[in-house]
Amino acid sequence: MNLYLRYVKMVFRCQMQYRVSFLLTMLAQMLIPFSVFAGMLLLFQRFHLLGSWQVDEVMLCFAVIHMAFALSECFARGFDMFAQVVSQGEFDRILVRPRGTVLQVLGARFEFSRMGRLCLSVVVMGIAVSRLSIAWNPLKVLSLVLMVSCGTLVFAGIFMLAATLCFWTLQGLEVVNIFTDGGREMAQYPLDIYKKEITRFFTFVIPFGMVNYLPLRYLLDRPGSMAWHALLPLCATLFLVPCVLLWRFGVRRYQSAGS
Amino acid sequence: MIRVENLSKTYHVPKRSTGVKAAFKALVKRETVAVEAIRDVSFHVAPGEMVGYIGPNGAGKSTTIKIMSGILVPDSGTCEILGRTPWKERMAHVKDIGVVFGQRSQLWWDVPVQDSFDLLRDIYRVPAESYRKTADRLTEILDLADLLTTPVRSLSLGQRMRCELAASLLHSPKLLFLDEPTIGLDAVSKLAVRQFIRELNREAGTTVILTTHDMNDIEALTNRILLIGKGHILYDGGLDHLREQYDTVRTVTVDYREGQIPPVLDGVEMSRLGEGRVRYRVDTAIVKVSGVVARLSAELELKDVTIDAQPVEELIVRLYREHRI
Repeated sequence: MNLYLRYVKMVFRCQMQYRVSFLLTMLAQMLIPFSVFAGMLLLFQRFHLLGSWQVDEVMLCFAVIHMAFALSECFARGFDMFAQVVSQGEFDRILVRPRGTVLQVLGARFEFSRMGRLCLSVVVMGIAVSRLSIAWNPLKVLSLVLMVSCGTLVFAGIFMLAATLCFWTLQGLEVVNIFTDGGREMAQYPLDIYKKEITRFFTFVIPFGMVNYLPLRYLLDRPGSMAWHALLPLCATLFLVPCVLLWRFGVRRYQSAGS
Repeated sequence: MIRVENLSKTYHVPKRSTGVKAAFKALVKRETVAVEAIRDVSFHVAPGEMVGYIGPNGAGKSTTIKIMSGILVPDSGTCEILGRTPWKERMAHVKDIGVVFGQRSQLWWDVPVQDSFDLLRDIYRVPAESYRKTADRLTEILDLADLLTTPVRSLSLGQRMRCELAASLLHSPKLLFLDEPTIGLDAVSKLAVRQFIRELNREAGTTVILTTHDMNDIEALTNRILLIGKGHILYDGGLDHLREQYDTVRTVTVDYREGQIPPVLDGVEMSRLGEGRVRYRVDTAIVKVSGVVARLSAELELKDVTIDAQPVEELIVRLYREHRI
């Protein structure tokens, strides 16, 4: 953990060398999800309800998933950009250092400009929470924190799976974006507006439902939701287990990238 | 120190084909070509030894180094370094080795060198006391004092290489892999790097495996060379022995009084270098140099005679040719 923080500091100092570029990227990162958000608001102006959901409730859902995505893009960027890490020979270097590969790949890249996206999500969440009359209790606060943090881990797991594919092929990894960008677009709305199969897939295979939809129902005291749903995000982190195992398997197959 | 036995590694690379049709076909079923990088490579290295590992591009040098440093897993064979198998006990193994890839930096590009050193200290868990000692000594020998506060991207190649060497030695490894450490350096920097490696080997007893294309590196640093070609070890032995065996060619350059005609000698190649100057290429396995000089001095009025051995470069080219690599 200590070393991880040192990596964070190092990469942060490196990125601060290019301040203007950093600020512009950050601004862009704020604007991209803003357009998605604006689109959503326009739809609500026309239709008022999405399934059984009001605009403020969907905003909360949106904010949670975008926060998680922003955080994982910032802190698990090494896996997100793993093809680059391999082709630049950095992974060779990682393997000749006496630390775990996961920690070092995480430490290889951070994308702090993603804080732009995070800022927007924080604002959206603030508005949503202030307009919703949620009966807050300690468990609900904990649940909201878990939703964001465990959501970050789920995205990180997907990035890791994508990175693992690099051990077999260095090309054509766009397909994985179905699960990262696609997953984000799906999970920014309450999952019950989709077909059952889709809901199931994003609950039990890639557990976005467990970090967003189900605990959200509990936060809002929706009928049928139970207190233990608040802790479902913890359950979602089990998703990382197969991710790490596959990663380990992949590392042994590593072929390096020429001399 | 190092025991490598029958190491083999084959890469499976996707078949490259041209044309749109082939590209679509590759989408469905990817054909791979097996490329044999090394086969049955065996050698031993004793502690404190310095070995030059040479061979043309694509001969398998990098693959061997990568297996020995724990980056790649071989298909078959054994490799034991300090009693450990690199790819099985990676973490314990890499604590004892240092690796310098001449063409790739291990330093963080945008921050001062000192920051990279400090992070490396944490990565390798070097105790503060011994870190300070090692860093101070390296700074002194490699003359880094003025460079430590400079961002890596503003260093010259020679300065950067000195920092790379220091970075790979901060954790006092017992074994150092140098992959083309003098590539692209100017003459002064090359000499500095060579001198440092020599001292390191002599004083700290660090075992050094060096790959290079610059035969002057080899001549300056080591007597033992390992020659690899097409994935096989072709020669393992001393440079002087190699000399005896292959270095049979001498060139005799003669300046003589203008107007005379230099003689054509049997079994000796002659080339005129201009008026009054001629060069003979003598293969001592066929003709004796002394005989050639005697004939020349009998037939010409000589002003100057120089006899040169061929450079190591040519020796290696001959060796490559002999083995058809």
